Amino acid sequence: MRRSISFMLNGKPVQLTVDDDRMLLWVLRYDLGLTGTKFGCGAALCGSCTVIVNDEAVRSCITPVKEIAGKRVLTIEGLSTNGHLHPIQEAFLNHHAFQCGYCTPGMIVNAYALLLKKAHPTREEIIRHMDDNLCRCGSHTRIVDAILEAAGSTKGGA
Amino acid sequence: MHRDERNEVVEIAADMATGVSRREFFQLAGTGLFIFFATDPMAAFQEPSRLPGRPSYPTDFNAYLRIGGDSRVTCFVGKVELGQGSKTALAQLVADELDVSLDSVDMVMGDTDLCPWDMGTFGSLTIRQFGPVLRGAAAEARAVLLQMSADYLHLPSVEQLRVKDGVVTCAQDEHKTVSYAKLVEGKRIERHLDKVPVKAVSAFTVIGKAPRRKDALEKVTGRARYAGDMTPPGTLHARILRPPAHGATVKEFDTAVAEKIPGVRVIRDGEMIAVLHEQPDIADRALGLIRARFEPPQPSEDDRTIFDHLLKAAPPLQMVDEKGSLAEGEKLATRVVEETYLNSYVAHAAMETHSAVAAIEGGKLTVWASTQTPFPVRQQLAQAVGFTPENVRVITPYVGGGFGGKSASRQAVEAARLAKITGKPVQVVWDRAEEFFYDTFRPAAVVKIRSGQNDAGKLLLWDYRVYCAGEREARQFYDIPHQRTQSAGGWGGGNPPGLHPFAVGPWRAPSVNTNTFARESHIDILASKLGRDPLEFRLAHLSHPRMRRVLLAATNQFGWKPAPGPSGRGVGLACATDVGTYVATVAEVAVNKSTGNVEVKRVVCAQDQGVTVNPDGSRQQMEGSMTMGMGYALAEEVHFKDGAVLDRNFDTYQIPRFSWLPRIETILIENPETPASGCGEPPITTMGAVVANAIFDATGARLRQLPMTPARLKAALRQG
Repeated sequence: MRRSISFMLNGKPVQLTVDDDRMLLWVLRYDLGLTGTKFGCGAALCGSCTVIVNDEAVRSCITPVKEIAGKRVLTIEGLSTNGHLHPIQEAFLNHHAFQCGYCTPGMIVNAYALLLKKAHPTREEIIRHMDDNLCRCGSHTRIVDAILEAAGSTKGGA
Repeated sequence: MHRDERNEVVEIAADMATGVSRREFFQLAGTGLFIFFATDPMAAFQEPSRLPGRPSYPTDFNAYLRIGGDSRVTCFVGKVELGQGSKTALAQLVADELDVSLDSVDMVMGDTDLCPWDMGTFGSLTIRQFGPVLRGAAAEARAVLLQMSADYLHLPSVEQLRVKDGVVTCAQDEHKTVSYAKLVEGKRIERHLDKVPVKAVSAFTVIGKAPRRKDALEKVTGRARYAGDMTPPGTLHARILRPPAHGATVKEFDTAVAEKIPGVRVIRDGEMIAVLHEQPDIADRALGLIRARFEPPQPSEDDRTIFDHLLKAAPPLQMVDEKGSLAEGEKLATRVVEETYLNSYVAHAAMETHSAVAAIEGGKLTVWASTQTPFPVRQQLAQAVGFTPENVRVITPYVGGGFGGKSASRQAVEAARLAKITGKPVQVVWDRAEEFFYDTFRPAAVVKIRSGQNDAGKLLLWDYRVYCAGEREARQFYDIPHQRTQSAGGWGGGNPPGLHPFAVGPWRAPSVNTNTFARESHIDILASKLGRDPLEFRLAHLSHPRMRRVLLAATNQFGWKPAPGPSGRGVGLACATDVGTYVATVAEVAVNKSTGNVEVKRVVCAQDQGVTVNPDGSRQQMEGSMTMGMGYALAEEVHFKDGAVLDRNFDTYQIPRFSWLPRIETILIENPETPASGCGEPPITTMGAVVANAIFDATGARLRQLPMTPARLKAALRQG
């Protein structure tokens, strides 16, 4: 159904008139021009399209836009503030925790969701949380190391 | 579907032999100091016998360097950044030789209007091919700039001059100083690379270091742009009707319901039926509303029957190498072992699916494409839309993984054809099912080895036949006096029609994964039959110092304790040569005998790749290779039947994930005086054999077919 939908996107209010069955991924990428969120599989099997909705990681490729009405959406573009990278981004940069970079926004955003829930996860908890995000270049060990480092520098207990 | 990628590339190369002139660059390039230089990638490519003729390069250069009046140094090369870090490593070479900061070097890659012709990014060629000449070009530029500085500063010679960060200073008088930028400002100076000595290894300041990757900031902020991120105003997104199987033909179709969606356009162009809309998801919905009836193809092979078929249908064996006399070897051998090894089709499965955006403006076609071969694609596009190649520009933004799979770029042609028909920019982004369907898989293959030893266990006879994998690294490197290597069919050209039920092509280290799995499994079998330690047995047949060195480095770090297999510990080793590089890998596994699950606990890999341009980048490639290699070792296998590809997404086609991760250790052998060889492929080649050998060591079960799935492992355990 085509209707007006409002939500918070990266801290700013957004109002759109859209078919509310459309998946958030396409609305973000093509209606709103936020191309950092990627298409990889279209079936919640790879994690490239991960975004945060009300502090939870969701797969935007299977999330109808009606489900985010009135909620807070955070994408990779909203992670850095005032020109400063988020500590997770800094850690990915320091560890070169990417190669082709295509899965990277989904990885970083999913890691962000983990650290919201648990500021200091163990290596095993990181692996469990990240397991459904796929990377074909094989940057996995660096991604785990980067998240561990970011957890050490993220506020909330360290 | 049996497109011959290799031949296609070469034919295009021949067409292009006179196609690119320096004049085209003059118009674009502006002022500054230009160093033009040439390389011959074919010299470094290992399968020249597959090629009908060596393509000559266009004019007298295929890359160039510009030092501008704006203090920027720009290097133009036709290679692309697929994630392998070449954008950074190539810039390091330039910065070091030219004595400028790495930050001041810009790389322009894979843009057919701005960069000279290049065959494509594959075969671990980028650093091997460009490394030496790029250093030479930068050294030439530095020499020219020093001479200009001496003139500018009224000094009798260049001897007193020192350079740091692009600023030339007289050592005796520091007030006498001038920047590169000032020297070239408003001028246009051209030089062709002549032989100029490059820096000594000891003088490197940027080479051998691991600076921040040039693509890092864009990639962690989501600002890095890929082909599918390009949407010129008015872009239509296309979805294309695909057959259910290779060889199926459409008999009837009805688009009436799809066309009822506002804004949907349906286009029939030859065999292509496409739906277009301003939104990709709505185009996709419309595609789902097309009713179509396809005539299925003739029944053909499936993933179980394929191996018998390959042996029957493969072209005749060709001699790759022969040494000594097989008859003599047969006579001397008292212990003969014959084995057959099988490998399956695997998909590239890059996270970015094939994507392209095509736009025509003023009679010129521009295509942003995820491709490993922008120049060959330009030629395909020109043919497809009837433009001259000069009126086609391919721009390669960041590519979301290639691994050989983006050597073919059908999606770019589809986008261009639709852009021409609609008069609007058209984006084609394949979904995951299309990505699997049109992938150019690594070919399934069969290897047969007959080996012979004397009573002392000395290897005397080696008769090696590889079917359908290709000959790269088929020839073995152990000291065996009587040996013959033959190869039938490969991933490139020359396969008879119907050999494979779909397209095959290069997959990271093409041929070598299969050849290494077979050879290194076989060597392990021989060692175990003799009750000898697999390391000791290998070393007893190895005289090459670089191979011995990597084997010893990897086993030392691992803490290898000699024991004949199966020792119950679950440790294995394998070694290989590939793209000029020597690699040895040791792995430790734990096998759950009731489920057939294999956990790879630790992998240690030592690599000798000559001089290392960027150690962190090299380690990234090694880690990536080992991780990716666990996929084809343990799980990856394309399922198919009668031309239909049954794997359509990551639910059935499992690639390595976080929970599979072993502890990974990488060793880079210091060998700075040897030119750089390939880095991005060698460590993947040993993963099949090293895991197979470790499984054998753990259980006594020998797996001769990849991938080593739980079902195959349990079957092997039952056989004992």
